[in-house]
Amino acid sequence: MRIHFKTSYDDDIRLFEDGWKLSLYAALLALMVALPWLIDDFYLGEATNVLIWATCGLGLMLLTGQTGQASLGHSAFMALGCYSTVLLMEAGVPFIVAFPLAGIITGIVGGLIAIPALKLHGVYLAIATLALAILTDDLIVMLEPWTGGVGGKFAPPITVFGLEVNRWSNPAAWYYMALIVVLVVTLFYRNLLRAPMGRAFAAVRDSEISAQAMGVNLARTKTIAFGMSAGITGLGGALMGLFAEVFNNETFTFILSIQLLMMIVVGGLGFIHGAFLGAIVISFLPQALSIITDGIGSNVAIPGLEIGVFGVIMILFILFEPMGLYGRWLKIRTFFQLFPFARKDMFRRQKSYLKTERLR
Amino acid sequence: MSLLTLENVTLKFGGLTAVNNLSMQVEEGQVFALVGPNGAGKSTVFNLISRFYTPVSGKISFAGTDLLGLAPDEVPSLGIARTFQNIELFDQATVLENLLVGRHRHRGTNLVQQMFHTPAVRAEERAHREAVEEVIDFLDLQPYRNSRIAGLPYGVRKVVEVGRALASKPRLLLLDEPASGLSVEETQNMRWWIDDIRRQMGITVLMVEHDMGLVSKVCDKVLALADGAMLAQGTPAEVQSHPAVIEAYLGTGDAA
Ligand SMILES: Nc1ncnc2c1ncn2[C@@H]1O[C@H](COP(=O)(O)OP(=O)(O)OP(=O)(O)O)[C@@H](O)[C@H]1O
Ligand SMILES: [Mg+2]
Repeated sequence: MRIHFKTSYDDDIRLFEDGWKLSLYAALLALMVALPWLIDDFYLGEATNVLIWATCGLGLMLLTGQTGQASLGHSAFMALGCYSTVLLMEAGVPFIVAFPLAGIITGIVGGLIAIPALKLHGVYLAIATLALAILTDDLIVMLEPWTGGVGGKFAPPITVFGLEVNRWSNPAAWYYMALIVVLVVTLFYRNLLRAPMGRAFAAVRDSEISAQAMGVNLARTKTIAFGMSAGITGLGGALMGLFAEVFNNETFTFILSIQLLMMIVVGGLGFIHGAFLGAIVISFLPQALSIITDGIGSNVAIPGLEIGVFGVIMILFILFEPMGLYGRWLKIRTFFQLFPFARKDMFRRQKSYLKTERLR
Repeated sequence: MSLLTLENVTLKFGGLTAVNNLSMQVEEGQVFALVGPNGAGKSTVFNLISRFYTPVSGKISFAGTDLLGLAPDEVPSLGIARTFQNIELFDQATVLENLLVGRHRHRGTNLVQQMFHTPAVRAEERAHREAVEEVIDFLDLQPYRNSRIAGLPYGVRKVVEVGRALASKPRLLLLDEPASGLSVEETQNMRWWIDDIRRQMGITVLMVEHDMGLVSKVCDKVLALADGAMLAQGTPAEVQSHPAVIEAYLGTGDAA
């Protein structure tokens, strides 16, 4: 077990708590950078897909894992991010500007939607946001002149500083683009967590009443969390649409919102790692399933199998490991670090979500 | 001028008058106790000061500012911090993070600066940690600094909650039953801390407490409530021997 002797306040504020952690993550980054040389184009595409899902997941994680607000409407923000990037590009705005701008637009729209929506709690908020997701599907069809409706839209070619980013002719470039986006988002996320805003998010999640008593403005904090969350997920949605190259209303149905929520629950609510682990599961599940179905000699595609299996996995996690894959890993690690002193209740979970009125 | 003034404050929950035409003054530097049987309305007075409830009539002012014009999250910025009877900590966060939330009212950077972790944010974080570290030393919380609240014993949580309030460097500290559920030894510590909070830190304390032993040791002034109305006020000894107070406690069968 490593023991930290903290000698300055910076020891707590730094991104990596010690040299060991720093080298671990540096090695991981080196591996990520070297990946295009290590695996073939098919798996590189899968890796890109994981990074895109992780970006979307980080967005929802900020809202649900950090601030404790449920949302089943995030497919709407993925759609908004995607369509606004593409529309801006079609209007002649270069990708490198259109993409972050679309994130900001989505964030602002998300914040505006939050103002009425966040008066609701728990299940009611989930239902209201689900309605938003369903509505978006219809809106895309209705706004045909801009969105292409059911016919959909083709992603325009992306060029960044004169380099064409095309998933067929240059898959490594696409992969690096997704990697940079997810790294920047993760850095912003971490920075918020070690600043007053991140602590205000956690305060709102764990006890609204004492958050207020400490001077945290609930409406403002939730609106910011919702806006940032929508913006990040919008960026992920833009990448998803562009990577798919064609997209229409069916690309961004409410099913996507549900998958996103399942993903962060399975990965581990409230942990950045959780978004990445969940993304890996959701990206590789279809393949694992097809290997299994091939294995048992069935070659008929079973409709809804994927989401069904994913749903079962999520229920099992909620029942047996509410802290998700990352939580499981933390427990295993702590067990070995403290061996033989680990206590069972060390990770005891208290009901912390959906607490509202508790003054007496 | 008194630091905190309540003037003829009345609050009703439907048909129940929880606070009935209550007037009180807390002077700067005092340790002031609210006592009374269960359901007397003591916590409700705290929730009125925190602005969680709005009285049907009456005035509440703090250092000349009308509290009734403020939202609950604006109250701490005047220098009022509190604890809750049923401990309201941020359970999934660590002790350190909880105390840092206490620093919320002293933050000076905006969202964009925080996203980029600018030098101003770093400097501010250091200052917050320095302030929080003083509180940790004061309350002997070093062993728990990085523990999550969810796994901590009751007595420690109670202290952490006091610490979170102190971290905000308040002028007035509201403690709702700081010693309830504590062991004899823990209660003794709480007594010294309350003394030091007043003497060393110069913070005015308003507390609700059932333990009359503690009240008579640390408080200058006591106000007894029953059914939302004032029964008596004065020094601890005066209030304890007041006929109306004895009557109220005997009447409800509640041994003080
Ligand atoms: N939010 C509320 N809604 C309705 N009634 C309430 C509410 N809060 C308190 N009451 C009632 O107001 C009265 C005073 O409650 P309060 O919590 O202030 O009592 P207290 O003096 O703090 O008692 P205790 O010593 O048990 O903490 C009680 O009868 C209580 O049931
Ligand atoms: Mg009470």
